[in-house]
Amino acid sequence: MPTRTPPETAADRPLGPAGRAERPAGPVKPRRGLKSATAGSGRMAALLVSPTLLVLTVVVLYPTAMALRESLYGVKGLDPATGFISDTEPFVGLRNYADIFGEAGDRFWNAFWNTTFFTVVTVGLETVIGVAMALIMHKAFQGRALVRASILIPWAVPTAISGLLWRWIFNSDGIANALIGHQVLWTTEGVHAKIAVIVAEVWKTAPFIGLLVLAGLQVIGKEVYEAARMDGASPVRQFWHITLPLVKPALLVAILFRCLDALRMFDLPYLLVGAQKNSVETLSMLAQNEASNVRFGPAAAYAVLLFLYVFLVALGFVRLLGANVVGDDGATARKSQRKSRLRRVAAPGAVEVST
Amino acid sequence: MNARTTRALPCSAVLVAAGLVLTACGSSDDSSSSGEPKSPSFSGRGPITYAAAKDSSGVVQKVIDGWNKQHPKEKVTFVQLPSDVNQQRQQMIQNAETKSDAYTVLSLDAVWTSEFAAHQWIDQLPAARFPLDQMLKPVVETTKYRDHLYAVPQSSDGGLLYYRSDLLKKAGVSAAPTTWAQMQAACAKVEKLPEAKGMSCYAGQFQKYEGLTVNFSEAVNSAGGVVTDANGKPEVDTPAAKKGLDFLVDSFKDGTIPKEAITYQEEEGRQAFQSGKLIFLRNWPYMYSLAEKSKVAGKFAAAPLPGLTGAGSSTLGGHNVAVSSFAKNKATALDFIKYFTNHDSATTFLKEGSAAPPYADLYDDQALVTQYPYLPVLKKSILNAVPRPRAVQYGDVSSAVQQEAYAALNGDKSSAQALKDLQEALRKLSAQ
Repeated sequence: MPTRTPPETAADRPLGPAGRAERPAGPVKPRRGLKSATAGSGRMAALLVSPTLLVLTVVVLYPTAMALRESLYGVKGLDPATGFISDTEPFVGLRNYADIFGEAGDRFWNAFWNTTFFTVVTVGLETVIGVAMALIMHKAFQGRALVRASILIPWAVPTAISGLLWRWIFNSDGIANALIGHQVLWTTEGVHAKIAVIVAEVWKTAPFIGLLVLAGLQVIGKEVYEAARMDGASPVRQFWHITLPLVKPALLVAILFRCLDALRMFDLPYLLVGAQKNSVETLSMLAQNEASNVRFGPAAAYAVLLFLYVFLVALGFVRLLGANVVGDDGATARKSQRKSRLRRVAAPGAVEVST
Repeated sequence: MNARTTRALPCSAVLVAAGLVLTACGSSDDSSSSGEPKSPSFSGRGPITYAAAKDSSGVVQKVIDGWNKQHPKEKVTFVQLPSDVNQQRQQMIQNAETKSDAYTVLSLDAVWTSEFAAHQWIDQLPAARFPLDQMLKPVVETTKYRDHLYAVPQSSDGGLLYYRSDLLKKAGVSAAPTTWAQMQAACAKVEKLPEAKGMSCYAGQFQKYEGLTVNFSEAVNSAGGVVTDANGKPEVDTPAAKKGLDFLVDSFKDGTIPKEAITYQEEEGRQAFQSGKLIFLRNWPYMYSLAEKSKVAGKFAAAPLPGLTGAGSSTLGGHNVAVSSFAKNKATALDFIKYFTNHDSATTFLKEGSAAPPYADLYDDQALVTQYPYLPVLKKSILNAVPRPRAVQYGDVSSAVQQEAYAALNGDKSSAQALKDLQEALRKLSAQ
C-alpha cells in the first residue's frame, strides 16, 4: 500500500462522505431516476458526482486494472550463467489462471475450499448465534445495557488482537485444553485447526450480525405481536411468521457483509494457526504468500480470482435473495413497498429505543 | 483499513476493494538491460540512510550518532522498519522494485543475501576494504553470492543447548552431552530424580515456520548431512540426512520431545524451560539473560548443540549490511559500512545490545566473558555452524522444508518419503 499513498490521501476527503453512507448520493439518485428531470440538472448531477467517480477510478479501478494486467505476467527467470534474475517479467497470457487446473493447482484448490468452508460454516453459525443475541438484546430486562455492551465487545476487538488472544487460549497448555481436560494441539495441521479458526471467527463476528438484526427488530411494531398473541400464536410461531420475515432485509444485509468479509479472511488464521498451514490457508493468505515470494503474477491471478468469487457471491445475493444493499433506488415495486411499510412502523420502534 | 472502509462503501466498491490490498504490491517492471552484472562504482558523497529493524536498545542510533559527529556533511539517518522480519523484507523489496533511493544501507537477515544479490537489489562490494579475515568464517560465508561479496557481517547468531545443570549434577552427569545418545542417557538418569517428575527431555522450535527450517537443518547437519551443497544443489535424500530427521521423528514418538513441542516457537519453548518442564532446550543466545531472571536462574547452563556422533552444527543467524543498488552517495555508504561494522562498533553492539559480534577475538575477551558467560560456547556454536540453504528463492526453499519436515514430525509421512519429496521439491526450485 505505501507506494500509493499520494492518491489515497488526496482521495480521503471526497471519498469519506460518499463512502460512509449513501447519503450524499441520495438526493442525486432519485433526481436522476425522475423522467421529468431537465438536461441541466442532469449535467449538474454529473458534475457533483464526478469527484467521487474520479476518486473511485484512482483508488479502485486503476489498481484493479493493474492487477488484471499483472496477472498476465509470469515470474522473473534466473540466468544460470550470471546468477542474476532478469529485470523483466515474461508475458504469459492466461497461464497463471490455467495453472490452477494443472500441477500448481493443488494449493489453490485447497485454499479455495478452505475459504468456502470457512465462509459457509462461520456465517451459518454467526447467523444463528447473532439472531439469538439480537433477541436477547431486544428483550427488556434489568441490566440490558450491560448485556448489550458485553455482547458487542468481541466485535470491537481488532482481529489481530483477538487472533493472539485465541492463540493463547488454544495454546498446548491453554484454557481450551484445561476446559476439555484433554490435550489437543490446536495450532497444528488438521480438523482441530479449522475448528479453532471457526470458534474464534464466530466469537468475533456474531455480534455484528446481532447488532444489525437488533436494528431490524426495533422497527417491528409491538402491535403486530399483540395481534398475534390475540390470535393465540405461540412464541415459536411468532418468531417464524413475524420476526423472521420482517427482520429479513436487515438480516440479509448482515449475512451478505459477513460473507464478503469471510471470503477475504486473512489475519485470523494467519495469526492463530500460522502461515502456510494447509488446513486453514485461505485464498487471501495464498495470494499474500505468493506476493511475498516475489511472484507477483500468480499472486495477482489469485487475487483476481478471489475478487471474481466475491463478486459472484455478492451478485447472487442481490439477485436471488433481493438483499437491498446499494440503497433505495426503487429497483422493484415490491421492495419499495416493503420499505415504506417498514418505515411506517419505524416510529413506535424509535420511541422504544429511547426508553 | 480495508475491512473498515469497505463495509460502508457501495456494493461494487466493496468487491473491487477486496482485491485492492493484494494488488497494491504489484511490481513495476521496466525493460532495462537484463542479466549483465552492474559494475559498482561507489561514487558520490552526501547524506544517506540506514534501514533496519526498530531498535529498542537505542544502540544503533548511538553508533550512528558517533558517525554523524565525525561526518557532518555525510549524515546518516536511521530509517526504522517494523520489527517483524517478513515486513522488513517486504519493505526492502518494495523499495527495490520501485527503484527508490530511500534506503541506502540495508540491514539484511543472513539468509537474504542470495535473493537480494540475484535480483541485483544490492551492489557487489570490494572485499579488500573490509577486515573479513578477522571475522568468523561461517559468518563471512553468509555475505557471499557465487563467491562475490555482497554484504558485510554486522552481527551473528547461533543455536545453543540450554540445560538444567542442577538436575544433571544431581543425577551424576558431570558434563554437558555432545551427542544425542548422551543427551538421552542423561535424560534417563535425570528423569529418575523425584524433582524431575513430569519433565520432558528435549525441545526446539518445531512449529511450521522459519524456526522449523532452522531446527531441521541443524538435525541434518549434525548427523553429517546437508540440505543443499556448497553450490546450492539439494542433497537431502541421503542416509545421513535421514538419520538427522529420524532423530527428531523418533524423539517425538518415544516422548524424548514432548508432543506439544510441535507447537513451539522460540517463546513457547523458553516458557516451558523456565517453568521447569524441560531438561534440554535448543534456543538462541537471547534467551540467556531472560532465563537468568526466571525461576531457573542459576540452575541452567548453555552448551554447543549435540550431534549424532560428536558436536552438532548450529544454523547461522545474524545480520549483514549491504548497499542498495538504487541509492545515491555510495562512496559515503561504503565508508559508513566500514565504520558500522568495525571492531569498536561490534563491541558496542555486544555490550549494549547483546548482539553476537562477527569478530573472533571478542568471544575470548575476559571482561566480556564475565558479563556474557555463554560467549565461548557461542563461538564454538558459530564456528561449527552451517548457513541455511543459500537459494535465490529462499522463501520457497524454506516453505518446502517446513512442509516436508512438519509432515514427518506429525507422522503424516515417513521420514524417508518426506526427504524424497523434499529433494524433489528443492530440485524443482533450484532448476528454476
